Amino acid sequence: MDSGAGESSAADDYESLMSTTDAELLKSAWRNEKAALEILKFNEDLVHRSRQQIQLMEEMVDESSQNGVDPLTVSLYQMDLDRTMFLLRSYLRIRLQKIEKYVFHVLKTPEIWARLSKQEQKFANRCGEDLKHHLEQSVLSKLPDQYQSHLRQSGASEDDDMVPEPQLDGYVVCRSKKYLGAFQLDDGGEEPVNIEADDLYALPYKSIKPLVESGQIDLV
Amino acid sequence: MSSASEPHASAFSAAELEFLAEDELIEIVPNLRMDPLNFISGDFGPFRPQIATQVPLWLAVALKKRGKCTIRAPEWMSIDKLSQVLESERDSEKFQPLPFHYVEISRLLFDHAREDIPDIYMVRSLVEDIKDVRFHKIGTGLEIISKERTYALRLKNLSAMEANIVRPFVTRALETLYKLGSSEMIQESDTNRQPPQAMNRGPRTTSRKDGDLILGNIFDINSSSELLLMLRKIIDKDVRN
Repeated sequence: MDSGAGESSAADDYESLMSTTDAELLKSAWRNEKAALEILKFNEDLVHRSRQQIQLMEEMVDESSQNGVDPLTVSLYQMDLDRTMFLLRSYLRIRLQKIEKYVFHVLKTPEIWARLSKQEQKFANRCGEDLKHHLEQSVLSKLPDQYQSHLRQSGASEDDDMVPEPQLDGYVVCRSKKYLGAFQLDDGGEEPVNIEADDLYALPYKSIKPLVESGQIDLV
Repeated sequence: MSSASEPHASAFSAAELEFLAEDELIEIVPNLRMDPLNFISGDFGPFRPQIATQVPLWLAVALKKRGKCTIRAPEWMSIDKLSQVLESERDSEKFQPLPFHYVEISRLLFDHAREDIPDIYMVRSLVEDIKDVRFHKIGTGLEIISKERTYALRLKNLSAMEANIVRPFVTRALETLYKLGSSEMIQESDTNRQPPQAMNRGPRTTSRKDGDLILGNIFDINSSSELLLMLRKIIDKDVRN
Protein backbone atom coordinates (compact mmCIF):
# COMPACT_ATOMS: atom_id res chain seq x y z
CA MET A 1 0.00 0.00 0.00
CA ASP A 2 1.60 3.19 -1.18
CA SER A 3 0.88 6.32 0.72
CA GLY A 4 2.52 8.47 -1.92
CA ALA A 5 3.59 10.87 0.78
CA GLY A 6 7.15 11.11 -0.51
CA GLU A 7 10.50 10.77 1.17
CA SER A 8 10.33 13.86 3.31
CA SER A 9 7.68 12.22 5.45
CA ALA A 10 10.13 10.61 7.85
CA ALA A 11 11.44 13.97 8.98
CA ASP A 12 7.93 15.40 9.11
CA ASP A 13 6.78 12.47 11.18
CA TYR A 14 9.54 12.99 13.64
CA GLU A 15 8.78 16.66 13.89
CA SER A 16 5.08 16.18 14.39
CA LEU A 17 5.81 13.46 16.89
CA MET A 18 7.98 15.78 18.95
CA SER A 19 5.51 18.61 18.85
CA THR A 20 2.52 16.47 19.73
CA THR A 21 1.70 16.22 23.40
CA ASP A 22 0.43 13.07 25.03
CA ALA A 23 -2.86 14.82 25.56
CA GLU A 24 -3.20 15.24 21.80
CA LEU A 25 -2.15 11.66 21.19
CA LEU A 26 -4.64 10.38 23.72
CA LYS A 27 -7.35 12.41 22.10
CA SER A 28 -6.67 11.02 18.68
CA ALA A 29 -6.35 7.49 20.07
CA TRP A 30 -9.75 7.95 21.66
CA ARG A 31 -11.26 9.31 18.48
CA ASN A 32 -9.80 6.56 16.36
CA GLU A 33 -10.93 3.86 18.72
CA LYS A 34 -14.39 5.34 18.79
CA ALA A 35 -14.75 5.52 15.05
CA ALA A 36 -12.88 2.40 13.97
CA LEU A 37 -14.99 -0.57 12.99
CA GLU A 38 -12.81 -3.01 14.91
CA ILE A 39 -10.63 -2.92 17.96
CA LEU A 40 -7.28 -1.22 17.31
CA LYS A 41 -3.92 -2.02 18.78
CA PHE A 42 -3.73 -1.15 22.45
CA ASN A 43 -1.66 1.96 22.90
CA GLU A 44 0.32 0.65 25.81
CA ASP A 45 3.03 3.29 26.10
CA LEU A 46 0.63 6.15 25.74
CA VAL A 47 -1.77 4.76 28.34
CA HIS A 48 1.13 4.14 30.67
CA ARG A 49 2.44 7.68 30.29
CA SER A 50 -1.02 9.18 30.66
CA ARG A 51 -1.56 7.18 33.84
CA GLN A 52 1.70 8.48 35.25
CA GLN A 53 0.85 12.04 34.37
CA ILE A 54 -2.57 11.71 35.93
CA GLN A 55 -1.06 10.30 39.09
CA LEU A 56 1.52 13.07 39.31
CA MET A 57 -1.13 15.66 38.76
CA GLU A 58 -3.42 14.12 41.36
CA GLU A 59 -0.66 14.24 43.95
CA MET A 60 0.11 17.80 43.03
CA VAL A 61 -3.51 18.86 43.30
CA ASP A 62 -3.85 17.16 46.68
CA GLU A 63 -0.71 18.79 47.93
CA SER A 64 -1.57 22.26 46.75
CA SER A 65 -5.03 22.19 48.20
CA GLN A 66 -3.50 21.36 51.58
CA ASN A 67 -0.77 23.96 51.27
CA GLY A 68 -3.22 26.75 50.80
CA VAL A 69 -2.53 27.42 47.15
CA ASP A 70 -5.09 29.69 45.53
CA PRO A 71 -8.31 27.61 45.27
CA LEU A 72 -8.94 28.95 41.79
CA THR A 73 -5.65 27.57 40.50
CA VAL A 74 -6.32 24.25 42.18
CA SER A 75 -9.74 23.98 40.65
CA LEU A 76 -8.34 24.72 37.21
CA TYR A 77 -5.76 21.97 37.59
CA GLN A 78 -8.53 19.68 38.74
CA MET A 79 -10.53 20.48 35.60
CA ASP A 80 -7.58 19.66 33.39
CA LEU A 81 -7.12 16.44 35.31
CA ASP A 82 -10.78 15.54 34.93
CA ARG A 83 -10.65 16.07 31.20
CA THR A 84 -7.64 13.80 30.79
CA MET A 85 -9.18 11.16 33.02
CA PHE A 86 -12.37 11.26 31.01
CA LEU A 87 -10.43 10.62 27.81
CA LEU A 88 -8.50 7.74 29.30
CA ARG A 89 -11.53 6.12 30.88
CA SER A 90 -13.61 6.50 27.78
CA TYR A 91 -10.82 5.05 25.65
CA LEU A 92 -10.54 1.97 27.87
CA ARG A 93 -14.27 1.60 28.09
CA ILE A 94 -14.84 1.67 24.34
CA ARG A 95 -12.29 -1.09 24.01
CA LEU A 96 -14.01 -3.22 26.63
CA GLN A 97 -17.31 -2.73 24.85
CA LYS A 98 -15.78 -3.86 21.59
CA ILE A 99 -14.24 -6.90 23.24
CA GLU A 100 -17.50 -7.81 24.89
CA LYS A 101 -19.43 -7.49 21.69
CA TYR A 102 -17.25 -9.79 19.63
CA VAL A 103 -15.74 -11.80 22.42
CA PHE A 104 -15.65 -15.19 20.66
CA HIS A 105 -14.11 -13.63 17.59
CA VAL A 106 -11.51 -11.90 19.71
CA LEU A 107 -10.69 -15.12 21.50
CA LYS A 108 -10.20 -17.21 18.42
CA THR A 109 -8.34 -14.71 16.20
CA PRO A 110 -4.66 -14.48 17.18
CA GLU A 111 -4.16 -11.26 15.21
CA ILE A 112 -6.82 -9.47 17.22
CA TRP A 113 -5.83 -11.14 20.46
CA ALA A 114 -2.39 -9.58 20.09
CA ARG A 115 -3.94 -6.11 19.99
CA LEU A 116 -5.25 -6.37 23.54
CA SER A 117 -3.46 -5.43 26.70
CA LYS A 118 -2.79 -8.04 29.38
CA GLN A 119 -5.74 -6.87 31.41
CA GLU A 120 -7.98 -6.82 28.39
CA GLN A 121 -6.97 -10.38 27.58
CA LYS A 122 -7.92 -11.39 31.08
CA PHE A 123 -11.22 -9.63 30.68
CA ALA A 124 -11.85 -11.30 27.32
CA ASN A 125 -11.14 -14.73 28.74
CA ARG A 126 -13.52 -14.29 31.61
CA CYS A 127 -16.14 -12.65 29.49
CA GLY A 128 -15.97 -15.47 26.93
CA GLU A 129 -16.18 -18.13 29.58
CA ASP A 130 -19.17 -16.53 31.22
CA LEU A 131 -21.00 -16.06 27.97
CA LYS A 132 -20.30 -19.62 26.90
CA HIS A 133 -21.45 -20.90 30.26
CA HIS A 134 -24.59 -18.86 30.02
CA LEU A 135 -25.41 -20.01 26.50
CA GLU A 136 -24.80 -23.61 27.43
CA GLN A 137 -26.93 -23.49 30.51
CA SER A 138 -29.84 -21.61 29.07
CA VAL A 139 -30.09 -23.06 25.57
CA LEU A 140 -27.37 -25.24 24.15
CA SER A 141 -27.53 -28.07 26.66
CA LYS A 142 -31.19 -28.57 25.81
CA LEU A 143 -30.56 -28.94 22.10
CA PRO A 144 -29.70 -32.16 20.27
CA ASP A 145 -26.06 -33.22 20.48
CA GLN A 146 -24.87 -31.84 17.20
CA TYR A 147 -26.23 -28.36 17.90
CA GLN A 148 -24.54 -27.87 21.21
CA SER A 149 -21.53 -25.85 20.11
CA HIS A 150 -21.59 -22.15 20.84
CA LEU A 151 -19.35 -21.52 17.85
CA ARG A 152 -20.87 -23.72 15.15
CA GLN A 153 -24.29 -23.82 13.68
CA SER A 154 -24.34 -27.60 13.65
CA GLY A 155 -22.05 -30.61 13.87
CA ALA A 156 -21.86 -30.56 10.09
CA SER A 157 -20.23 -27.13 9.97
CA GLU A 158 -16.66 -27.23 8.80
CA ASP A 159 -15.47 -24.33 10.86
CA ASP A 160 -16.72 -21.91 13.45
CA ASP A 161 -19.49 -20.33 11.46
CA MET A 162 -21.55 -18.86 14.26
CA VAL A 163 -19.09 -16.30 15.57
CA PRO A 164 -20.19 -12.71 15.07
CA GLU A 165 -17.41 -10.51 13.79
CA PRO A 166 -17.16 -6.83 13.08
CA GLN A 167 -17.99 -5.84 9.53
CA LEU A 168 -14.97 -4.17 8.08
CA ASP A 169 -16.24 -3.17 4.66
CA GLY A 170 -17.95 -0.14 6.12
CA TYR A 171 -16.98 3.44 5.50
CA VAL A 172 -15.45 5.85 7.94
CA VAL A 173 -15.02 9.60 7.98
CA CYS A 174 -11.40 10.58 8.28
CA ARG A 175 -9.03 13.51 8.07
CA SER A 176 -5.36 13.74 7.39
CA LYS A 177 -3.10 16.14 9.20
CA LYS A 178 -1.00 16.66 6.13
CA TYR A 179 -1.13 16.25 2.40
CA LEU A 180 -0.88 12.58 1.55
CA GLY A 181 -1.05 12.96 -2.18
CA ALA A 182 -2.56 10.36 -4.43
CA PHE A 183 -3.63 7.47 -2.33
CA GLN A 184 -4.38 4.16 -3.95
CA LEU A 185 -7.44 2.84 -2.19
CA ASP A 186 -6.93 -0.69 -3.29
CA ASP A 187 -4.74 -2.59 -5.69
CA GLY A 188 -7.58 -2.54 -8.15
CA GLY A 189 -5.58 -0.19 -10.32
CA GLU A 190 -8.25 2.47 -10.39
CA GLU A 191 -7.72 6.17 -10.06
CA PRO A 192 -6.21 7.08 -6.72
CA VAL A 193 -7.83 9.54 -4.37
CA ASN A 194 -6.03 12.76 -3.61
CA ILE A 195 -5.92 13.18 0.12
CA GLU A 196 -5.42 16.80 1.07
CA ALA A 197 -4.50 18.07 4.48
CA ASP A 198 -7.34 18.84 6.88
CA ASP A 199 -10.06 17.80 4.51
CA LEU A 200 -12.70 15.29 5.41
CA TYR A 201 -13.18 12.13 3.42
CA ALA A 202 -15.52 9.20 3.63
CA LEU A 203 -13.38 6.23 2.68
CA PRO A 204 -13.65 2.48 3.07
CA TYR A 205 -12.20 1.53 6.41
CA LYS A 206 -10.25 -1.39 5.01
CA SER A 207 -8.27 0.69 2.56
CA ILE A 208 -7.16 3.31 5.03
CA LYS A 209 -6.58 0.95 7.92
CA PRO A 210 -2.78 1.02 7.49
CA LEU A 211 -2.85 4.80 7.55
CA VAL A 212 -4.85 4.79 10.76
CA GLU A 213 -2.42 2.36 12.31
CA SER A 214 0.59 4.42 11.32
CA GLY A 215 -1.06 7.57 12.61
CA GLN A 216 -1.07 9.34 9.25
CA ILE A 217 -4.80 9.70 9.20
CA ASP A 218 -7.28 10.38 11.97
CA LEU A 219 -10.78 9.05 12.15
CA VAL A 220 -13.31 11.67 13.07
CA MET B 1 -29.14 -7.30 2.99
CA SER B 2 -27.21 -7.33 6.15
CA SER B 3 -25.19 -4.35 7.09
CA ALA B 4 -23.80 -5.05 10.48
CA SER B 5 -21.88 -1.84 10.89
CA GLU B 6 -23.81 0.34 13.26
CA PRO B 7 -23.53 3.90 12.08
CA HIS B 8 -24.74 5.32 15.34
CA ALA B 9 -22.25 3.48 17.43
CA SER B 10 -19.40 5.23 15.71
CA ALA B 11 -20.89 8.69 15.77
CA PHE B 12 -19.95 11.13 18.45
CA SER B 13 -22.52 12.57 20.77
CA ALA B 14 -23.11 16.31 20.85
CA ALA B 15 -21.51 16.44 24.29
CA GLU B 16 -18.41 14.67 23.02
CA LEU B 17 -18.09 17.06 20.10
CA GLU B 18 -18.35 19.94 22.52
CA PHE B 19 -15.66 18.34 24.61
CA LEU B 20 -13.37 18.25 21.59
CA ALA B 21 -14.23 21.83 20.67
CA GLU B 22 -13.31 22.98 24.15
CA ASP B 23 -9.68 22.30 23.36
CA GLU B 24 -9.62 24.92 20.62
CA LEU B 25 -7.57 27.94 21.56
CA ILE B 26 -9.11 31.33 22.09
CA GLU B 27 -7.79 34.68 23.24
CA ILE B 28 -8.72 36.02 26.64
CA VAL B 29 -7.88 39.18 28.55
CA PRO B 30 -7.48 38.24 32.20
CA ASN B 31 -8.12 40.65 35.02
CA LEU B 32 -6.12 38.72 37.56
CA ARG B 33 -2.53 37.82 38.14
CA MET B 34 -1.78 34.14 38.04
CA ASP B 35 1.31 32.00 37.47
CA PRO B 36 1.56 29.87 34.35
CA LEU B 37 -0.56 26.73 34.45
CA ASN B 38 1.32 23.58 33.49
CA PHE B 39 -1.47 21.28 32.49
CA ILE B 40 -1.36 17.79 31.11
CA SER B 41 -2.90 19.29 28.01
CA GLY B 42 -0.22 21.98 27.72
CA ASP B 43 1.23 25.07 29.36
CA PHE B 44 -0.79 28.27 29.51
CA GLY B 45 -0.22 31.69 30.96
CA PRO B 46 1.26 33.52 32.77
CA PHE B 47 -1.77 35.65 33.37
CA ARG B 48 -1.38 39.40 33.83
CA PRO B 49 -4.21 41.89 34.02
CA GLN B 50 -5.03 43.45 30.63
CA ILE B 51 -2.48 41.31 28.79
CA ALA B 52 -4.13 39.04 26.25
CA THR B 53 -3.18 35.37 26.17
CA GLN B 54 -4.25 32.20 24.39
CA VAL B 55 -6.01 29.47 26.34
CA PRO B 56 -8.24 26.51 25.50
CA LEU B 57 -11.90 27.33 25.37
CA TRP B 58 -12.76 25.29 28.46
CA LEU B 59 -10.27 27.31 30.50
CA ALA B 60 -11.58 30.55 29.06
CA VAL B 61 -15.14 29.60 30.01
CA ALA B 62 -14.06 28.50 33.49
CA LEU B 63 -12.31 31.82 34.12
CA LYS B 64 -15.16 33.74 32.58
CA LYS B 65 -17.69 32.05 34.85
CA ARG B 66 -15.68 33.26 37.83
CA GLY B 67 -15.44 36.74 36.39
CA LYS B 68 -11.69 36.56 35.93
CA CYS B 69 -11.41 37.44 32.27
CA THR B 70 -13.09 38.68 29.16
CA ILE B 71 -13.09 36.50 26.08
CA ARG B 72 -12.11 37.93 22.73
CA ALA B 73 -14.44 36.65 20.06
CA PRO B 74 -12.49 34.88 17.32
CA GLU B 75 -11.82 36.81 14.14
CA TRP B 76 -14.31 34.88 12.05
CA MET B 77 -17.05 35.77 14.50
CA SER B 78 -17.56 39.34 13.37
CA ILE B 79 -20.51 40.71 11.47
CA ASP B 80 -18.30 41.51 8.49
CA LYS B 81 -16.72 38.09 8.21
CA LEU B 82 -19.93 36.22 8.88
CA SER B 83 -21.94 38.25 6.37
CA GLN B 84 -19.28 37.50 3.80
CA VAL B 85 -19.41 33.81 4.58
CA LEU B 86 -23.18 33.78 4.47
CA GLU B 87 -23.21 35.52 1.12
CA SER B 88 -20.72 33.15 -0.47
CA GLU B 89 -22.44 30.25 1.19
CA ARG B 90 -25.64 31.26 -0.58
CA ASP B 91 -23.98 32.00 -3.91
CA SER B 92 -21.83 28.96 -4.18
CA GLU B 93 -22.56 25.30 -4.19
CA LYS B 94 -19.42 24.74 -2.21
CA PHE B 95 -19.04 24.92 1.51
CA GLN B 96 -17.13 27.90 2.81
CA PRO B 97 -14.15 27.28 5.07
CA LEU B 98 -15.11 27.75 8.70
CA PRO B 99 -13.48 26.46 11.87
CA PHE B 100 -14.01 22.73 12.20
CA HIS B 101 -15.93 23.28 15.41
CA TYR B 102 -17.69 26.52 14.49
CA VAL B 103 -21.08 25.29 15.66
CA GLU B 104 -19.84 24.20 19.06
CA ILE B 105 -17.56 27.19 19.59
CA SER B 106 -20.24 29.70 18.77
CA ARG B 107 -22.68 27.94 21.02
CA LEU B 108 -20.28 27.88 23.93
CA LEU B 109 -19.53 31.56 23.50
CA PHE B 110 -23.17 32.53 23.13
CA ASP B 111 -23.96 30.64 26.29
CA HIS B 112 -21.11 31.82 28.46
CA ALA B 113 -19.68 35.02 27.06
CA ARG B 114 -22.56 36.91 25.55
CA GLU B 115 -21.37 40.31 26.79
CA ASP B 116 -17.93 39.80 25.26
CA ILE B 117 -19.18 39.36 21.73
CA PRO B 118 -19.83 42.63 19.92
CA ASP B 119 -23.28 42.78 18.30
CA ILE B 120 -24.19 39.42 19.74
CA TYR B 121 -27.73 39.35 18.36
CA MET B 122 -26.60 40.02 14.83
CA VAL B 123 -23.69 37.59 15.11
CA ARG B 124 -25.93 34.96 16.53
CA SER B 125 -28.50 35.23 13.82
CA LEU B 126 -25.78 35.21 11.16
CA VAL B 127 -24.32 32.01 12.56
CA GLU B 128 -27.79 30.51 12.66
CA ASP B 129 -28.38 31.51 9.05
CA ILE B 130 -25.07 30.07 7.94
CA LYS B 131 -25.86 26.88 9.75
CA ASP B 132 -29.24 26.68 8.09
CA VAL B 133 -27.90 27.32 4.61
CA ARG B 134 -25.20 24.73 5.06
CA PHE B 135 -27.56 22.13 6.46
CA HIS B 136 -29.93 22.78 3.62
CA LYS B 137 -27.09 22.23 1.18
CA ILE B 138 -26.25 18.96 2.82
CA GLY B 139 -29.87 17.94 2.57
CA THR B 140 -30.44 18.91 -1.04
CA GLY B 141 -27.15 18.26 -2.64
CA LEU B 142 -25.23 15.28 -1.50
CA GLU B 143 -23.78 15.00 -4.98
CA ILE B 144 -22.45 18.53 -4.70
CA ILE B 145 -20.20 17.52 -1.86
CA SER B 146 -18.32 15.56 -4.40
CA LYS B 147 -18.76 14.27 -7.88
CA GLU B 148 -15.97 11.84 -7.46
CA ARG B 149 -16.29 8.11 -7.38
CA THR B 150 -18.61 6.74 -4.84
CA TYR B 151 -15.92 4.70 -3.19
CA ALA B 152 -14.38 7.88 -1.88
CA LEU B 153 -16.33 10.90 -0.89
CA ARG B 154 -14.65 14.17 -0.18
CA LEU B 155 -16.44 16.26 2.39
CA LYS B 156 -14.66 19.51 1.78
CA ASN B 157 -14.99 22.09 4.53
CA LEU B 158 -17.65 20.20 6.36
CA SER B 159 -17.56 20.93 10.08
CA ALA B 160 -17.36 18.38 12.87
CA MET B 161 -21.02 18.50 13.66
CA GLU B 162 -22.16 18.48 10.08
CA ALA B 163 -19.97 15.50 9.35
CA ASN B 164 -21.34 13.79 12.39
CA ILE B 165 -24.88 14.28 11.19
CA VAL B 166 -24.34 13.01 7.68
CA ARG B 167 -22.10 10.18 8.76
CA PRO B 168 -24.76 7.49 9.22
CA PHE B 169 -26.34 8.17 5.84
CA VAL B 170 -23.19 8.76 3.88
CA THR B 171 -21.42 5.70 5.16
CA ARG B 172 -24.50 3.56 4.63
CA ALA B 173 -25.06 4.90 1.16
CA LEU B 174 -21.47 4.37 0.11
CA GLU B 175 -21.56 0.89 1.53
CA THR B 176 -24.74 0.12 -0.36
CA LEU B 177 -23.46 1.60 -3.60
CA TYR B 178 -20.31 -0.35 -3.20
CA LYS B 179 -22.23 -3.53 -2.70
CA LEU B 180 -24.48 -2.81 -5.65
CA GLY B 181 -21.43 -2.15 -7.76
CA SER B 182 -19.75 -5.35 -6.87
CA SER B 183 -20.76 -8.24 -9.06
CA GLU B 184 -19.81 -10.65 -6.30
CA MET B 185 -22.82 -9.50 -4.40
CA ILE B 186 -25.31 -10.47 -7.04
CA GLN B 187 -24.02 -13.96 -7.39
CA GLU B 188 -23.72 -14.35 -3.70
CA SER B 189 -27.22 -13.28 -2.85
CA ASP B 190 -28.55 -15.57 -5.56
CA THR B 191 -26.91 -18.61 -4.10
CA ASN B 192 -27.96 -17.62 -0.66
CA ARG B 193 -31.55 -17.44 -1.59
CA GLN B 194 -31.88 -21.10 -2.37
CA PRO B 195 -31.61 -22.46 1.16
CA PRO B 196 -33.86 -20.06 2.98
CA GLN B 197 -32.55 -20.89 6.41
CA ALA B 198 -29.14 -19.63 5.44
CA MET B 199 -30.59 -16.15 5.25
CA ASN B 200 -32.09 -16.26 8.67
CA ARG B 201 -29.04 -17.57 10.36
CA GLY B 202 -26.50 -15.02 11.41
CA PRO B 203 -26.25 -12.84 8.36
CA ARG B 204 -22.73 -11.99 9.37
CA THR B 205 -21.61 -15.49 8.77
CA THR B 206 -23.23 -15.89 5.38
CA SER B 207 -22.12 -12.62 3.90
CA ARG B 208 -18.49 -12.96 4.79
CA LYS B 209 -16.45 -12.42 1.69
CA ASP B 210 -13.30 -10.98 3.01
CA GLY B 211 -10.58 -9.54 0.92
CA ASP B 212 -12.56 -8.85 -2.19
CA LEU B 213 -13.36 -5.22 -1.81
CA ILE B 214 -13.90 -4.31 -5.41
CA LEU B 215 -13.10 -0.67 -5.35
CA GLY B 216 -12.16 -0.68 -8.99
CA ASN B 217 -15.82 -0.89 -9.79
CA ILE B 218 -16.65 2.69 -10.55
CA PHE B 219 -20.18 3.49 -9.77
CA ASP B 220 -21.18 7.02 -10.53
CA ILE B 221 -23.33 8.57 -7.87
CA ASN B 222 -25.42 10.36 -10.49
CA SER B 223 -26.45 7.14 -12.08
CA SER B 224 -28.16 6.01 -8.95
CA SER B 225 -30.38 9.02 -8.62
CA GLU B 226 -33.13 7.03 -7.05
CA LEU B 227 -31.05 6.04 -4.11
CA LEU B 228 -29.80 9.56 -3.78
CA LEU B 229 -33.29 10.90 -3.74
CA MET B 230 -34.22 8.54 -0.97
CA LEU B 231 -31.18 9.55 0.95
CA ARG B 232 -31.97 13.21 0.59
CA LYS B 233 -35.38 12.72 2.06
CA ILE B 234 -33.96 10.95 5.06
CA ILE B 235 -31.32 13.58 5.64
CA ASP B 236 -33.76 16.39 5.14
CA LYS B 237 -35.97 14.97 7.79
CA ASP B 238 -33.16 14.44 10.21
CA VAL B 239 -31.64 17.86 9.76
CA ARG B 240 -34.96 19.49 10.40
CA ASN B 241 -35.50 17.65 13.63
